[in-house]
Amino acid sequence: MGFIWFWLVAIMLVAYVVLDGFDIGVGILHPFLAHNEQERQLMLRSIGPVWDGNEVWLLAGGGTLYFAFPPLYASAFSGFYLALMIVLWLLIGRGASIELRMQINIGVWKSFFDGLFFFSSAVLAIFYGAALANVIRGVPLHQDGYFFLPLWTNWRIGPQPGILDWYTVIGGLVALVALAEHGALYLAVKTEAALQQRSRTMAHRLWVLLLLLTIVSLPASIVVRADTLANYRAYPIAFLVPAAVVLALLGMLQFSRKGADGKAFACSCVYLTVMLVGAALGLYPRLLPSTTGSQYDITIDKSLSGPHTLHVGLIWWAFGMCLALLYFIIVYRTFRGKVSLEGGGYGH
Amino acid sequence: MDAMLLHRIHFAFTVIYHYLFPQLTMGLALLIVVLKTIAIRHKDERYNQAARFWGKIFAINFLLGVVTGIPMEFQFGTNWSQFARTTGGVIGQPLAMEGVFSFFLESAFLGLFLFGEKRLSPWKHWGAAFLVFVGSWISGFFIIVTNAWMQHPVAYAVLPNGGYEVTSFWGLLSNPWALLEYAHNMSGAVVTAAFVMCSVGAFYVLENRFPEQGKIFLRVGVVAGVISCAAQIFPTGDLHGRYLAKHQPAAVAAMEGLFSSRQGAPIVLIGQPNEEQQSIDNPIVVNDVLSFLIYGTTKAEVKGLDEFPRDQWPAPLPLLFYSYHIMAGLGTYFVLIMVIAAFLLWRGKLFQTRWVLWPLLLSFPLPYIANTAGWMTAEIGRQPWMVYGLIRTSDGYSKYVTASTSLFTLLGFMGIYTVTSILFIVLVYRIIDKGPAIGERLDGSKSLPTLA
Repeated sequence: MGFIWFWLVAIMLVAYVVLDGFDIGVGILHPFLAHNEQERQLMLRSIGPVWDGNEVWLLAGGGTLYFAFPPLYASAFSGFYLALMIVLWLLIGRGASIELRMQINIGVWKSFFDGLFFFSSAVLAIFYGAALANVIRGVPLHQDGYFFLPLWTNWRIGPQPGILDWYTVIGGLVALVALAEHGALYLAVKTEAALQQRSRTMAHRLWVLLLLLTIVSLPASIVVRADTLANYRAYPIAFLVPAAVVLALLGMLQFSRKGADGKAFACSCVYLTVMLVGAALGLYPRLLPSTTGSQYDITIDKSLSGPHTLHVGLIWWAFGMCLALLYFIIVYRTFRGKVSLEGGGYGH
Repeated sequence: MDAMLLHRIHFAFTVIYHYLFPQLTMGLALLIVVLKTIAIRHKDERYNQAARFWGKIFAINFLLGVVTGIPMEFQFGTNWSQFARTTGGVIGQPLAMEGVFSFFLESAFLGLFLFGEKRLSPWKHWGAAFLVFVGSWISGFFIIVTNAWMQHPVAYAVLPNGGYEVTSFWGLLSNPWALLEYAHNMSGAVVTAAFVMCSVGAFYVLENRFPEQGKIFLRVGVVAGVISCAAQIFPTGDLHGRYLAKHQPAAVAAMEGLFSSRQGAPIVLIGQPNEEQQSIDNPIVVNDVLSFLIYGTTKAEVKGLDEFPRDQWPAPLPLLFYSYHIMAGLGTYFVLIMVIAAFLLWRGKLFQTRWVLWPLLLSFPLPYIANTAGWMTAEIGRQPWMVYGLIRTSDGYSKYVTASTSLFTLLGFMGIYTVTSILFIVLVYRIIDKGPAIGERLDGSKSLPTLA
């Protein structure tokens, strides 16, 4: 049961990163790719009907984490308190900037929300990456299973780290660049002409950066946590995951160069997925490792909910996911194809 | 300052602010379905216009409901981690189900409702509106199930590690408390939507701007209002009150300011509870009424606060007493004004009767106050328990999150919500000022608020 729920939660978080990832990416690129009001509207319209549904994966995933592993939810959410509050504020600002921008046709008003859209998207990406890096690095868990991290201490990964240190900042940068790349490839799929060309060029430039950061992040993870590779050594088949990371990276560039934007975007989805799966493989069966001694690690066994809860959960979860899939198919079909300024939506 | 108090205020502030938006969207979703239904059945385009107009108001409220709602789920973990740790196996379930069954549905079909009117046939567009309504009411149900379990825990067992687990999934969902609370809460949401609709309608009629639309708003708003306001008192309020008296007698005694048990217990219409003296200052009371309301006979004995140890009294007691009285007082006023308006509507005189249109115009804040006061009654009445009889509030908060940290983020939320409030007022004012334009489609015109 623990094994199943570990991966179900992982699937939901991957779905969140892959789906909300591209609209966060669009936000990061918003000031750089759009050169005029029309293009800004096009970029917003490309994510308009879907961003809110994408964000639901965060809530659904968080809720699932809450009921499947309550002690983990309790410990992590209170321990990362400050970072989470900032994330919440950014989510509020981001939602407001997407929806309120076109409400009033005043240049300064729109520019303000453009700026807020960029800022909240970029900082969110950094915080998400740093959050994952925090989980990989581990936190100073007390005997009672709780901890509390300041935003930063001395930027080192000692026994009393902060939420931000050199390693988690690298994690944040990987996320920033990866989601920007993801957004650029998505825009290449959804737009035409000059904007599409600019998106492709941006994707090619970001790709080099992403490659470098990916290469740096792997050994950094091993430095930070020597046992990252334990599961990989025990099950060498797991090395297929880093191999898939490399293939997906190469695929993104190759397909994008050929103008096969759909395939390039698919490769980016695979890249994000296998990066997260790779991290999850390194963690399993731990959920939140401790820097104060492995006996304090929060593991699946220590934090799993009761058996009846999980059995019933499996039934409604499977049913609910089928429904969610159906809705997503309906929405993405209805709004498929290139985005245009025809019809209603995000603009004046 | 006391850490527990700050965590309580933190949650109270964010949840009260959050619920200003869903109470309107849940009620409005139903009224939009009503408008769309009338439009199709009577082939009356004016009702489609009305639905589009309210769709815009809905969209802004929905957005703010979403962005202020995300912090709610997070706060169980951030500010109430000890509570989350032990009860996650129970209440994590309805919270996760809310995301899976309601939010996906709402977010998908709201996009179709707002963007898709041109692409969809009238019935399909009606279907999108209907599914948004279903989604928002499912969402309300799961939240109520969560709260009802905290008010009245059922169908649980204690695990060896001290956590709680569900023993019967259906038992959790069919908690009688949840069903009563849900009925009372949802009819309260319709009250808010009805008053808001009446207010805008009265504004247009009094101002003689868009009077045709104003009359439609008044017609639908008054009919929905008279039904929901009556349902708020009977049967939903009445049944909920009796159930409360049976299972949380200390809360009822505190709400009513009944310090000592007595037969033929009175109802206090107005007064100030004095905890020191254990009496009501400056009271206006009606004898026997409380006994009658709870037990159906004027002679029945009602338990007073003296039957309970002091550490089980709900606190802060005066706030509970006032919240309850504000809710009940406003509820009575709602029935009064809506019955008068409905009578005049039936006689065909409502649109000329300024002394009724004016109160309808001005009353829209009151249901927000009443719904908030009702929730404060429920939540303070549950104190000192976080889960009634099982977990004390003092054992629930995050002990590593200090009072000053909580204060800091509380102030952050206050600042952000001040800004969102200003934006909200400006934008809603613009929609009302512009009015329901003729022949405009949600997905066809130029400057439109839209949200997916």
